[in-house]
Amino acid sequence: MSEARANILARLRAAPQVQPPERPYWQAPSFNDRLDRFRMMIEAVHGEVHVVTEQTWRPHLRKILAEKNVARVLAAPHLGIDWDDVVAYDAPVEDFKDQLVSGIDACVTTTRGAIAETGSLVVVPDVDEPRLASLLPPIHVALLKADDIADNLAQIIEAQGWAAAMPTNLLLISGPSKTADIEQTLAYGVHGPKELIVLVLQ
Amino acid sequence: MPAHVTPPAEMPKDVYYFGTCLVDLFFPDAGLAGMELLKRQGIRVVFPQDQSCCGQPAFNSGHRSEAREVARAQLDAFPEDWPIVVPSGSCAGMMRVHYPDLFQGDRDEERAKAFAGRVYELSWFLVHVLGLDTKLVDKGEKVTVTWHGSCHSMREMGVVDEPKRLIRALSNVTLVENPREKECCGFGGTFAVRQPEVSAAMVADKIDAIGQTGAARVVSGDCGCLMNIGGALDKAGKPTRPQHLAEFLLERCHGR
Amino acid sequence: MAADFSTRAHDALNNPQLRANFRRAMDGLMTKRAAQFEDKDNWTALRAKGAAIKARALAQLPDLLEEFEQKAIANGITVHWAETTADANRIVLEILTAHGAKKVIKGKSMVSEEMHLNAHLEAHGIKAVESDLGEYIIQLAGEAPSHIVMPCIHKNKGEIAQLFTDNIENQPYTEDVDALTAAARQVLRREFASADAGLSGANFLVAETGSLVLIENEGNGRLSTTLPPLHIAVAGIEKLVEKLDDVAPLLALLPRSATGQAITTYVNMITSPRKSGEQDGPRQVHLVLLDNGRSRVYADEQLRDTLRCIRCGACMNHCPVYSRVGGHTYGSVYPGPIGKILTPQLAGLDCAGDLPHASTLCNACVEVCPVQIPIADILVRLRTEAAEPSASPAVKGAGSGHSAVESAVWKGWQAMYANPAAYKVGTKALSVVGNLIPAAAPLLKQWTSVRTKPKFAAKTLHQLAREKGYDNE
Repeated sequence: MSEARANILARLRAAPQVQPPERPYWQAPSFNDRLDRFRMMIEAVHGEVHVVTEQTWRPHLRKILAEKNVARVLAAPHLGIDWDDVVAYDAPVEDFKDQLVSGIDACVTTTRGAIAETGSLVVVPDVDEPRLASLLPPIHVALLKADDIADNLAQIIEAQGWAAAMPTNLLLISGPSKTADIEQTLAYGVHGPKELIVLVLQ
Repeated sequence: MPAHVTPPAEMPKDVYYFGTCLVDLFFPDAGLAGMELLKRQGIRVVFPQDQSCCGQPAFNSGHRSEAREVARAQLDAFPEDWPIVVPSGSCAGMMRVHYPDLFQGDRDEERAKAFAGRVYELSWFLVHVLGLDTKLVDKGEKVTVTWHGSCHSMREMGVVDEPKRLIRALSNVTLVENPREKECCGFGGTFAVRQPEVSAAMVADKIDAIGQTGAARVVSGDCGCLMNIGGALDKAGKPTRPQHLAEFLLERCHGR
Repeated sequence: MAADFSTRAHDALNNPQLRANFRRAMDGLMTKRAAQFEDKDNWTALRAKGAAIKARALAQLPDLLEEFEQKAIANGITVHWAETTADANRIVLEILTAHGAKKVIKGKSMVSEEMHLNAHLEAHGIKAVESDLGEYIIQLAGEAPSHIVMPCIHKNKGEIAQLFTDNIENQPYTEDVDALTAAARQVLRREFASADAGLSGANFLVAETGSLVLIENEGNGRLSTTLPPLHIAVAGIEKLVEKLDDVAPLLALLPRSATGQAITTYVNMITSPRKSGEQDGPRQVHLVLLDNGRSRVYADEQLRDTLRCIRCGACMNHCPVYSRVGGHTYGSVYPGPIGKILTPQLAGLDCAGDLPHASTLCNACVEVCPVQIPIADILVRLRTEAAEPSASPAVKGAGSGHSAVESAVWKGWQAMYANPAAYKVGTKALSVVGNLIPAAAPLLKQWTSVRTKPKFAAKTLHQLAREKGYDNE
């Protein structure tokens, strides 16, 4: 193994040296109304957006869950959501897998922010909201603070100092799971959620 | 990336004309028409009798040294510092874009670079140097034509709208663009004989797209494409006639 | 393997279903991509930046690989180096065997296709299940991908419906795309839940942070890299970028060029295995860095540009040859224009058949390449290396396309075209007797199969110019 490493690096170092070119100027776009752009982009890829407030989001969520005939919801306890059948993802996946794969109808997670340009949520799974929470249940409800919407990816990488402390897993999520592998026809929920609902807290 | 072409600093009094080997043997009238168009704008057109071919056939086939020697003969044949106007985007692209690379490290490297910088595609020269698109007076009957953009003309020489500006300047001509206008016709020099079936499929689609416009003529700025498209139209018994832009313009405006 | 482009092209061209599938799909992709880059100035600036980022990373490649390795190890990722695909296969197998793994669930990975990993694992009793819907479909069909982004683009829904009915228990025949997708979801959920390991590729490796960036739409990439207890990633050594910040412009180019999407549904940035206290994620993450000829490509300054490729597939979507014959015709893992320059370099010109010549050099690929790879120039270079290799040939199999007859023809051509006197005599002769050459003569025969014979003019332009009084100097 180390021999392969040494050989590969030696071949690369033996190649002609060229001066690394500078990065030319290009800047990603910014927007007067970031929420408006975010909403337009994520709705264009089948995401659903509801603008709510700190006071109204829990009853609003309840209404959505009822409309979608959701029974069991996965959510971190500290979110204090108003629903009868809420479970927490508080055991290792090895013990929780069966329930996760088929026993939960919806999950609610927080977000680290969003990107207006592409209509993307920034999701950083952690101890309370593990990686699979936002992936396996058919409906993903994401809570987003309107103030946390950045113009573009470069801006949020910089503003939140990602490079200095990358988490185990960081995700950009732009809409529900989809595929166009069969005759370029869009189909949702191929592996991940069929529905993505964003509650924007203003 | 297409070449960045800018007009000569001053309006030239003399220009060289590089006819191309294909035009020389198969489409001399198209070549002559380009010369006439230039001459009628009051320019002295010089046709060096020692010219032959830009070298592209060998270059694209991987025979660089043969290409270079043929190219060197062109450097010799066009010694003066005059613009070199070419009625073919493909040959122009070879000379403007690839000569500097072909002569890299060669004794003629500097000469090749200077030569390359003097090369202009005909329709570009007619529009940007002579402003012909504002001077054309159409004397022909009503006709519908479609345009075929050659790959190297568009993607090496950056010539996209110029020919269509000239065609649109003709009052009795209706230009119907076809949706596959920018797709390769399948000529590709030796490609047509190395991959004859793929080439045949490409030109079949091309003449279909042309046919759908209902145009009486398909006009292009490259005789390679015209030989391919025209030959296929002919073989298929289609009524659309191929014509080089220079010949078309001359015929419309000067009855030739 | 790729020696038979023409034969396979013949078959593909005579399959109207296949031609219609590709034509429709490519037309759709071109339209969607064009809509993403309507602002030409922005496109020009963005691709210049994308090209510079990749060129910059390549210029520092050995250093960045070492930096990446150091960061990744510190993050808890195990890094392996493989000189050949055989080495890479052996490494993957060893890791799986050490974990007693019997089933691997795979996210889409072109490098794993390059390795022919599935066959290697099957031969050693390990089942590899493709989870990307397109890859799953072609795995059922026992085929290889025909496009690097949309692997089953050559199949229509009727064919897929039949495959599902034949292979999935209790699956009725349906051409309803939602129903087919739901059926695959069900089958693959079970495979995910019972897999011992997940395998993925990587789109970018970030030296600054030691992170793997993986983009996808389906969520299968997330599942493959999260649900099983073991994650193995395979990636070419050219995937490095210097800074996390460099990912942003590349992400603004890749999905838009590939499928005309502003961004893929998921962008995964994977930096470490499950940390203590976390409930999920693989307990181990391994990354296999594959060379397989890339360092040889790197050794030549011009050819090195090939390694900028971010595998968006725009070159094939816009290629008039690819859209006629489809991906399988190329007989190589990477089809289309990028395949035409990559395969001869990785496998050797001697193993690539006529691939470098399967192009009209129309430059449609060059026009859309988001990292400005001079594909046409590299094709010409490869033709040159095959026919008349340079003094210190950079490409494996250089000279393998040399033909004494062809060389003699070009020498003869030079003798006529580089000598004005010979040229005048030669062209004059052709204008007199050229039209007597029969249409069935070699070369003309291919030409005249669908075209009439070109007619030599009675007088050359040289003669006409003299007669009309045009100056010679």
